[in-house]
Amino acid sequence: MSAVLTDMPKTDMSKSVAPATTKAIAPSKGGRPWTFYVLATLFSLYVLALYGPMFCIYILSFQDIRGGLVFPMKGQSLHWFVDLFTQVRTGDVKGSFDRSIKLAVIVTIITVVVSFLAGLGFRKRFRGDTAVFYMMIGSLVAPGLVLGLGTGLLFQALGLNASWYTSALGAQLSWTLPFGVLVMFAVMSRFDHVWEEAAYDLGAGRWQSIRLVMIPVLAPGLVAVVLFGFTLSYDEFARSLQTAGSLNTLPLEIWSMTLNVTSPSLYALGTVTTVISFIVIGASLGSIVLIQKKRGSSAKG
Amino acid sequence: MKSDRGDIELAGVCKSFDGVTNVVDGVNLKIADGAYCCFIGPSGCGKTTILRMIAGHEDPTAGEIVIGGQNVVGLAPVQRRTAMMFQSYALFPHLTVRENIAFALRVRGMSKTDRLRAADAMIEKVRLTQFADRLPAQLSGGQQQRVALARAAITEPRVLLLDEPLSALDEQLRVQMRQELRRMQQELGITFIHVTHTQLEAIALADLVVVMEQGRIKQAGAAREVYAHPHDRYVAEFMGGQNVLSGCVEKVNGASFTLAQAAPDGIEVPLQARSSINVGDKVDIAVRRDDVALVRPGKELPPGCTTSLPSRVLAIEYQGYFVKVMLDTVPDDEFIAYVPEKTFFADPFTIGDVVVATWATGSALPLA
Repeated sequence: MSAVLTDMPKTDMSKSVAPATTKAIAPSKGGRPWTFYVLATLFSLYVLALYGPMFCIYILSFQDIRGGLVFPMKGQSLHWFVDLFTQVRTGDVKGSFDRSIKLAVIVTIITVVVSFLAGLGFRKRFRGDTAVFYMMIGSLVAPGLVLGLGTGLLFQALGLNASWYTSALGAQLSWTLPFGVLVMFAVMSRFDHVWEEAAYDLGAGRWQSIRLVMIPVLAPGLVAVVLFGFTLSYDEFARSLQTAGSLNTLPLEIWSMTLNVTSPSLYALGTVTTVISFIVIGASLGSIVLIQKKRGSSAKG
Repeated sequence: MKSDRGDIELAGVCKSFDGVTNVVDGVNLKIADGAYCCFIGPSGCGKTTILRMIAGHEDPTAGEIVIGGQNVVGLAPVQRRTAMMFQSYALFPHLTVRENIAFALRVRGMSKTDRLRAADAMIEKVRLTQFADRLPAQLSGGQQQRVALARAAITEPRVLLLDEPLSALDEQLRVQMRQELRRMQQELGITFIHVTHTQLEAIALADLVVVMEQGRIKQAGAAREVYAHPHDRYVAEFMGGQNVLSGCVEKVNGASFTLAQAAPDGIEVPLQARSSINVGDKVDIAVRRDDVALVRPGKELPPGCTTSLPSRVLAIEYQGYFVKVMLDTVPDDEFIAYVPEKTFFADPFTIGDVVVATWATGSALPLA
């Protein structure tokens, strides 16, 4: 190529190249179409509407001791965060937070295990599979408040004490399990049965095939189920309301605080719970990225 | 694991998935130890099911599968000492090339250093050393195939089963990998069973070609035998390269018979292996496309030719070393002549020309 270029007379080259470059640049000169600005405005308004209310809460939680429940902002401090965890009158924040985390962890573990097994089970058709599937979806569409109320009544009728680790756990699972199973179905549909067959062909037993092939291949999907299970449980209100018994979970505690707490510590609580949620989501997404990165980097080496 | 021999015998093997129709219907076959055997047939003919039954991924409904003198029905692939290479290779996406190849040794409980050493030796054999740490997704189709081959071969199987191994590759690579498969087979010295629907692939590779239709074996034999001496119309048409004509026997005279056809004097066909033929029988005959000569009407037939079928040229395709000439010789079937390039262009035909198709009488083959 270079030999050809040096052989060519200089005048010819400049003549043939110049028009081509101007033509290639031309389309980008026009700038953005007006629709871009309309849609950009619409999107900005959407983001503002979505995050604006939340940010009001976060900002107001950083007021000092003079702070009130409405704008304008009075000073800046972490007073209400300290207040949140030290003052008894604000409610049992620490205890309810502990319970919510424990409950979310238990719910997550059960959801992941059961969803994974259901995913395995539903790969083949079996008698009554459609019925089982619709029963599962049914518990997803049932109104949460009613379901919680019913669970509470049932426990009462059976003479059992409602508490967060029994009745509330059950009520929450009726919500997280169908979600987990549906996510698992989507994940499973991308798992090629032939990998299992290949593992069997190479001498792997059932358990080895699950441990060495299925779980690693499905890992990103399982993390997604973890994320669903945890956040759905941690946020759950309607189903827990009548089933948590005498000790509140965090969402219930926040709700009761909105009724009797009139200080920015309520907002501080909102900020803290949001941070926790973001940590969990970040950790989940981070581990997915890490799994993929590990696969990528081991490939380079 | 009594025997290291990889000879296979299928005896009355049937397979039915729904209990009504047999996908594989009474297959009997012997495959010699160390042979390269190709199963060929259209999709749904049962060839992959046979492969999967030999591999131990499917149990036959009836019949016996004997490998090295041992009935293996009901045994796991590892106990059969077979290994399968899947159509899409089924490489584990989360494991590197090295870990994929070492997988079989890992599940056998071999220590990490031992199995990685063994895998590296195998990687060298298939010339993938520089790719050992890559993931399957970062390999080309040909490289993936070599990984699949190495992963199957590391278990030292006595039979390697390949399910349409070349179908995922593009044309050029297919020819290259075909040679590589043959090289690996000779190097490992084990029985290969290869399922394909491409007859070119089968005749290029196999010691034993098995042509199947609807769960039954139509013909099994050496590549040349199946191609040049098809048993019946189905095999002749499936393997290609033959014109199949049918007609009624007009007269039988000694070593040959005459087939009534559009030809003025009928078609004279040597009896060959067929012993009993009677006047009035409906018979199919095959004539190789490269045996057909075309002459202009009125010209003399080449020596040894007694048949003359007047035809019209329907289409002409240039194929490089030969020219494919399509004729309207037979009313319903296609009739094609492969004319050597130089012969064709010495006196080229055009579409619509009237020609006489003829062939050396001895080259016509009566079909069952």
